[in-house]
Amino acid sequence: MVETFLIPLLKIAVLINALLVSVTFLVLMERKVMAWAQNRLGPMRVGPHGMLQAIVDPIKLILKEDITPAKADKWVFTLAPIMSLAPALAVFSVVPFGFDPLYYIADINVGLLFIISVTSIGVYGIILGGWASNSKYPLLASLRASAQLISYEIAVTMTLVSVILTSGTLSMIGIVQAQQEAGIWFGFIQPVAFVLMFIGGLAETNRVPFDLPEAETELTGGFHTEYSGMRFALFFLAEYANIIVISAITAIMFLGGWLRPFPSIEALSFLDVIPPWIWLVSKIFVFLYVFIWIRATLPRYRYDQLMNLGWKVLIPIAIANLVVTGIVKVLV
Amino acid sequence: MTTEASSRRIGQAFDTDELVLNMGPQHPSTHGVLRVVLRLDGERVVDCDCVIGYIHRGVEKLCENRDWTQIILLTDRMDYVAAATSNLGYVETVEKLMQIEVPRRARYIRTILAELQRIASHCLWLGTHAMDIGAMTVLLYSFREREHVLDLFEEFCGARLTYNSMRVGGLPLDIPSGWDKRVSEFCDLMETKLDEYEELLTNNRIWVGRTRDVGVISGEEATALGLCGPPLRGSGVLRDLRKDEPNAAYEEFDFDIPLGTRGDTYDRYLIRLEEFKQSIRIIRQAIAGLPEGPIMGKVPRLLKPPAGETYHAIESPKGEIGYFIASDGRSTNPYRFRVRPPSFCNLQGLRRLVKGHLVADVVALIGTIDIVLGEVDR
Repeated sequence: MVETFLIPLLKIAVLINALLVSVTFLVLMERKVMAWAQNRLGPMRVGPHGMLQAIVDPIKLILKEDITPAKADKWVFTLAPIMSLAPALAVFSVVPFGFDPLYYIADINVGLLFIISVTSIGVYGIILGGWASNSKYPLLASLRASAQLISYEIAVTMTLVSVILTSGTLSMIGIVQAQQEAGIWFGFIQPVAFVLMFIGGLAETNRVPFDLPEAETELTGGFHTEYSGMRFALFFLAEYANIIVISAITAIMFLGGWLRPFPSIEALSFLDVIPPWIWLVSKIFVFLYVFIWIRATLPRYRYDQLMNLGWKVLIPIAIANLVVTGIVKVLV
Repeated sequence: MTTEASSRRIGQAFDTDELVLNMGPQHPSTHGVLRVVLRLDGERVVDCDCVIGYIHRGVEKLCENRDWTQIILLTDRMDYVAAATSNLGYVETVEKLMQIEVPRRARYIRTILAELQRIASHCLWLGTHAMDIGAMTVLLYSFREREHVLDLFEEFCGARLTYNSMRVGGLPLDIPSGWDKRVSEFCDLMETKLDEYEELLTNNRIWVGRTRDVGVISGEEATALGLCGPPLRGSGVLRDLRKDEPNAAYEEFDFDIPLGTRGDTYDRYLIRLEEFKQSIRIIRQAIAGLPEGPIMGKVPRLLKPPAGETYHAIESPKGEIGYFIASDGRSTNPYRFRVRPPSFCNLQGLRRLVKGHLVADVVALIGTIDIVLGEVDR
């Protein structure tokens, strides 16, 4: 009883809390890093160096009036933010923070497939949210979002398949173990896949330069134009939770998950003092930082350019990479 | 009956309609209160209609009821991001009507102010244009430099936005001591910062992709539409009033007029970046050769121009700003006052530019023509 229910439930509670808190701090980190890139200070008023902003922002959003537009589809309008946040949280059930069973909730043998399918559900939140708002800007944004997510998901999935070929398993833990046995992170074996996954990850999380569904300066906020209060906050949480998800998956797939750098070199074994989950979290942090850095640097793609990049560049490269991986796998 | 009904149903199911999208007057990228009614086919713009007048304040009519010096203050409120050139155009028009000789020192300082203003205005343009296309950081960088210009203006005349910095016949104030040195320091600083902007944008593939071949307009079309300033020069038409009809002290300085070849948004971007450099060049020459002397010409205490009318235009950062003034010779206010605002004339080109482009390009094109709604509506 305790083994099957209580402990997993406790883990879930801890993980969801940790995730939501880290999302609020990620927002703060984004504001701070953006500010440093743009030589300003960022939030400074609430708490020392604005540190309490992460707590105050959600409180503000909860207290705000939650408006439903008169002509919106009320049920779908409420359902949409939930639908976009829930999958982002659910994905973390198969993300391992270490080899010990304490560090993960579930190890299912089709972990990667589970991740791909569950993250795909998230886009329904965006599409339905844009549709249910019964407003033109969100509608345009949700059309963009669906087109974008479908085309980039193909590239990302193809890329992940080549990693599966390399590791020989779909289990997230298995993939990290394969990297341990190989003695090298898959990022070095599959550099093309790594880059593709990163670009696809940017596109899937609607980050700059692929932030067309939000495109504040074109579509005035995109799919969440009509949202306010807590429902807006859910979209916001979902977006940032998705960024963490993509960073975590990329870190596990290509940067050895909880492994220390160069897992095969004995001379570096003193690094094992650092617990495995810290390794994974710090790798996630690196990705988050790069995501924010890119946002501070690049302009936004246009819709047609985005589609061209997805279908004419990323997908062919992903397929070619897959074929080459297969051939090498057969020959070696 | 049933076949007819089902075929009608199919017909309806495949019926396509244009989507009318109302962009503005409350929209982050319409640079004020411009309203653009877009007719869309998917994301492609079929046609658009600009609705203006949301901040019409009747500046021209107000001017007809103010005396000649009070009008300077109203010209500030038209193009409020380039008030100094609005001032300059107006006072020169009155000087032309009254045939007043302006001292050389005043003309030099006016040139410095106008070129500083061009830098400030282009900084604002660059930041907002880049912001519209999604590059956020450029905005903060260019505003940092704009801040320096505003500080210089504040030191000169006490105001940071609406300067009221010129008078008919000269200037209200001489430059503060050390101001010229600080202006040259700013020129040195600005030159290094321009590289920063270029590094972020000029060779950025996404930026080039977003601006190259977007909003292409030929020289003939641009002329026919009455475009002026960088949008006209971007199409390769050599027209810059600083060279063609030199005012202030422009005929005494060396500078180049950058011209575009393709007439697209990227060309217009490059031209404005080059104009930064040329402005710095002019300011340096003016500071180096700043003559001594009075700053006010011989002007009667009460301005009462002779009966007659005149038109005078200068090159503002946005394009040609022209003033038509009629005086009846008896009263201390103009009989008729009319402005040819560059933003208004350039905005006419928007409809031609956006046709066939995507929604995302609309904001890029509003940015590239560099309008200020205060000047469009007046």
